[in-house]
Amino acid sequence: MSNLTDLTLAEGRDKLAKGEFTAVELTQAHIQAIEAKRNLNAFIVETPELALEEAKASDLRRRAGTNGAMDGLAIGIKDLFCTKGVQTTAASHILEGFKPPYESTVSGKLKAAGAISLGKLNLDEFAMGSSNQTSYFGAVENPWKRKSDPTAKLVPGGSSGGSAAAVAARMVMAATGTDTGGSIRQPAAFCGITGIKPTYGRCSRFGVVAFASSLDQAGPMARTVRDCAIMLGSMAGFDPNDSTSVNMAVPDFEAALTGDIRGLKIGIPKEYRPVGLSEEVAKVWEQGVEWLKAAGATPVEISLPHTKYALPTYYIIAPAECSSNLARYDGLRFGLRVPGKSLDEMYAKTRAAGFGAEVRRRILIGTYVLSAGYYDAYYAKAQKVRRLIADDFAKAFETVDVILTPTAPSAAFGQGEGSDDPVTMWLNDVFTIPTSMAGLPGLSLPAGLSSDGLPLGLQLIGRPFDEETVFKVAGVMETAANFTARPEGI
Amino acid sequence: MSLDKATVRNIANLARIEVRDEELDHLAGELSNIITFVEQLSEVNTDGVEPMTSVAAMTLPMRKDVVTDGGRHDAVMANAPEAEDGFFTVPKVVE
Amino acid sequence: MAYIIQGETGDWEIVIGLEVHAQVTSKSKLFSGASTEFGAEPNTQVSFVDAGFPGMLPVINEICVEQAVRTGLGLNARINLTSVFARKNYFYADLPQGYQISQFDKPIVGEGELVLDMPDGSTRTVGIERLHLEQDAGKSIHDMHPSKSFIDLNRSGVALMEVVSKPDLRSPEEAGLYLTKLRSILRYLGTCDGNMQEGSMRCDANVSVRPVGETGLRTRCEIKNVNSIRYVQQAIEFEARRHVDVYEAGGDIRQETRLFDSVKVETRSMRSKEQAHDYRYFPDPDLLPLVIEQGFVDGIKAGLPELPDAKKARFMAEYGLNAYDAGVLVAERISADFFETVAKGRDAKIACNWVMGDFFAAMNATGKTMENPPVSATDLGGLIDLIGDGTLSGRLAKDVFALMVETGKAPAALVEEKGLRQVTDTGAIEAAIDVVIKANPDKVQQVRDGKTTLLGWFTGQVMKATQGKANPAMVNEMLAKKVLGE
Repeated sequence: MSNLTDLTLAEGRDKLAKGEFTAVELTQAHIQAIEAKRNLNAFIVETPELALEEAKASDLRRRAGTNGAMDGLAIGIKDLFCTKGVQTTAASHILEGFKPPYESTVSGKLKAAGAISLGKLNLDEFAMGSSNQTSYFGAVENPWKRKSDPTAKLVPGGSSGGSAAAVAARMVMAATGTDTGGSIRQPAAFCGITGIKPTYGRCSRFGVVAFASSLDQAGPMARTVRDCAIMLGSMAGFDPNDSTSVNMAVPDFEAALTGDIRGLKIGIPKEYRPVGLSEEVAKVWEQGVEWLKAAGATPVEISLPHTKYALPTYYIIAPAECSSNLARYDGLRFGLRVPGKSLDEMYAKTRAAGFGAEVRRRILIGTYVLSAGYYDAYYAKAQKVRRLIADDFAKAFETVDVILTPTAPSAAFGQGEGSDDPVTMWLNDVFTIPTSMAGLPGLSLPAGLSSDGLPLGLQLIGRPFDEETVFKVAGVMETAANFTARPEGI
Repeated sequence: MSLDKATVRNIANLARIEVRDEELDHLAGELSNIITFVEQLSEVNTDGVEPMTSVAAMTLPMRKDVVTDGGRHDAVMANAPEAEDGFFTVPKVVE
Repeated sequence: MAYIIQGETGDWEIVIGLEVHAQVTSKSKLFSGASTEFGAEPNTQVSFVDAGFPGMLPVINEICVEQAVRTGLGLNARINLTSVFARKNYFYADLPQGYQISQFDKPIVGEGELVLDMPDGSTRTVGIERLHLEQDAGKSIHDMHPSKSFIDLNRSGVALMEVVSKPDLRSPEEAGLYLTKLRSILRYLGTCDGNMQEGSMRCDANVSVRPVGETGLRTRCEIKNVNSIRYVQQAIEFEARRHVDVYEAGGDIRQETRLFDSVKVETRSMRSKEQAHDYRYFPDPDLLPLVIEQGFVDGIKAGLPELPDAKKARFMAEYGLNAYDAGVLVAERISADFFETVAKGRDAKIACNWVMGDFFAAMNATGKTMENPPVSATDLGGLIDLIGDGTLSGRLAKDVFALMVETGKAPAALVEEKGLRQVTDTGAIEAAIDVVIKANPDKVQQVRDGKTTLLGWFTGQVMKATQGKANPAMVNEMLAKKVLGE
């Protein structure tokens, strides 16, 4: 039983079906793993009692033959998804103690599929960050260590850093993430796991604390491509409560993993070689191209000319939307309130105390770019450039089926390293943001290790609503990469 | 372009976030760097480009006019930091 | 008859534009499934969407879209097949999201017009700038606690149509006529109940003044949330006078938002709104562009009722009514329908006189309404028929009408029951005349000597003798014959 936490979702599902163990046993194994790894600070709230209750119910369902697609499987929920009766904070002081009287559509769907949540996973405050150092509840530690300096604490990436760390450390079999500019893919790459941001509109945003509404998208983070396909199948689907949710049937993503990618054209964008791209990352990327070539696909050089503008575009649009989305945290109906002599003083004190530095910075930037006299120069301009970025991809997909890029320009870095200048910090997302701007599906999977023993990820980008091709190619690459390394001591 | 302290104070006020005087210099510098960074967009020719407000290539779905919600006062009020007589309360607003 | 303010330096005219917030008639809110019903316990008609909870998202109510298009068509306005919802960002205690979802540069309805019915029977056309859909805010109550304001979110998220006029109005009276007409059209269309007391129609007035002859616009002040037509007129009157006084004293008007105090009948600066506004409008990323089909618009157009202007013109042409009477009757659809029921197959002018006269008087006296009238249209028509066929004299008819109001019975039944049928039997009338002549030989002589005005006195006596039932025309004719021997 000691290796129950090593199982993938697919293995766990099949073994539960065969009766090799119960959901309660599987849940208990993960509860123990969570307790053993508290030093990573991956969870904000652990819910072991709730999980065990649900596990019992799952075992009963299985006996009755009414089990769902993910019944009994142990997962974690990023603390950005509202969970009924369970504290939901977005890792912010301003929401500390908030217990939503409702459930997000995505976490509700996973529950309905029988998945068992072990708690709420840490993240960057309001999902703003790429290193999980902005959480009010403390930074998350990456379970991976540098060979050269095993004592240094590394970041897990962000914003879904708690999710990535928990999956990598075998505390949960899989976790939900959300991705606005790379928040699933970059931490997946840093922690050596797989994660996919599906097409914008594929998963409902209802009940997910909003950061930047036109970009936010939920997705699965797991240890294999197949697991991501299984979990996305349970998360996706039209939701009448989200006006941007797309009314489209959810395909059988797992069935797309045929292993046959012969004849597919793989786009290799020439603009994804910025100054400062690590030599090792470039090498893994070339290796990826070779793997796909060997499997019968054809690499094609493509051009995405507006790539370099994606980052500045993102840092206008995302803060603008966030400045408005976060206006509701005003100390009036939920969360923190700091008393004031007047209403305005109460607002200003509450929001100053409730938001951390990065969130405050983005709110201020967003307020500025929308303010009178600046709208056209910044926000309207960014929306136009956003279209050009999306058009670049649309044009590329006229000739290729999927695009292969690195996920992040480097491997995981140390806590406290290089975080003084926000703009430098943002460069972590340089390869993931263009996909977000265009609303396309993007998957990151581990493709190798750096010389210092840290995982490096590659990103596959697909056409809108063509997650199936992304999964298919990712499956082939996963087999070729045969990434079996794991963090020391896991 | 650089933001001066008065501008930072003004946007902090619009955003209802209290900023202490001694923070202003640092914030102004930080925000100016960001604005300088995003201003590289000005070199992109966007003549005749329609702004993209959403990536979803669809139109707004509508719902039927049916009362499906409400009647859960207690749940709406349950997280309120301060309430009285069934109302949310705030420091008195003078008009 | 231009409205002029006489100042010390000369004559001034007022320039007024009105922004009316009309609550859309719908069962549920604009972006949530909570009820819109008025008067519920605080915070009971609130969804988590209306209360701005984390992760909540808006989904638009199709009826509200339909109502906005219907209203646009009723104002002869351009319907924009693509419109966009934008966020208007500001902090206030009763604005839970921290922004109001509204429409900014792409409203659902563009330019239109509205015709004012002037008291002299003429008309004047006022431009409509736009109409857009937006969410209402909640309600702040400031008088329940010495140091706290209380917040009720029942109204939060209710659909409003903001109808913005062009600055075409030139007097408080025109502003009143505009509101009356707009309310009438909204009620005909069924898109807003027009109830100003309950706040389902609220008005902001933009007022400026300028010397007569000047063509540019001077600085305006916005008077917020005035909740009756009379108050709007009083507020404009006060505000315009204030502007003239300021200008004439050498001062300048500052653009600002002001509040109307209906007790002191004055406007004053709103301190809470003094902070510079910067609403930071941007398209709401939670909502996609609202796109409607031309067919959808055409379908609504085909189902529009006859509106007040068309009805008024028809009443004048078809029934020969004057502009004033027609205007009064069409102000409410229910009174127009009432009149038409009464007039059907009858003399329209008589019908009009009865409705405008005795019927409206009875409604005022009894405190009843058109929805529950003191006399039904069928009964009033029946009464007119009894006059037409000679059963009742005009005078008797008034008595019968009074009894109808009192008892609710049909006129024919009352005539039978009370024996109020007019006497047209010449023998009976002659007998009554003879009795009066015989008893008053001196007066007969005076008439014959030329004091013919006394004949009226004889008529009165005869009517009295017949308990008012004698046909007055026949009495007059026979009296003249008998007394004067004609």
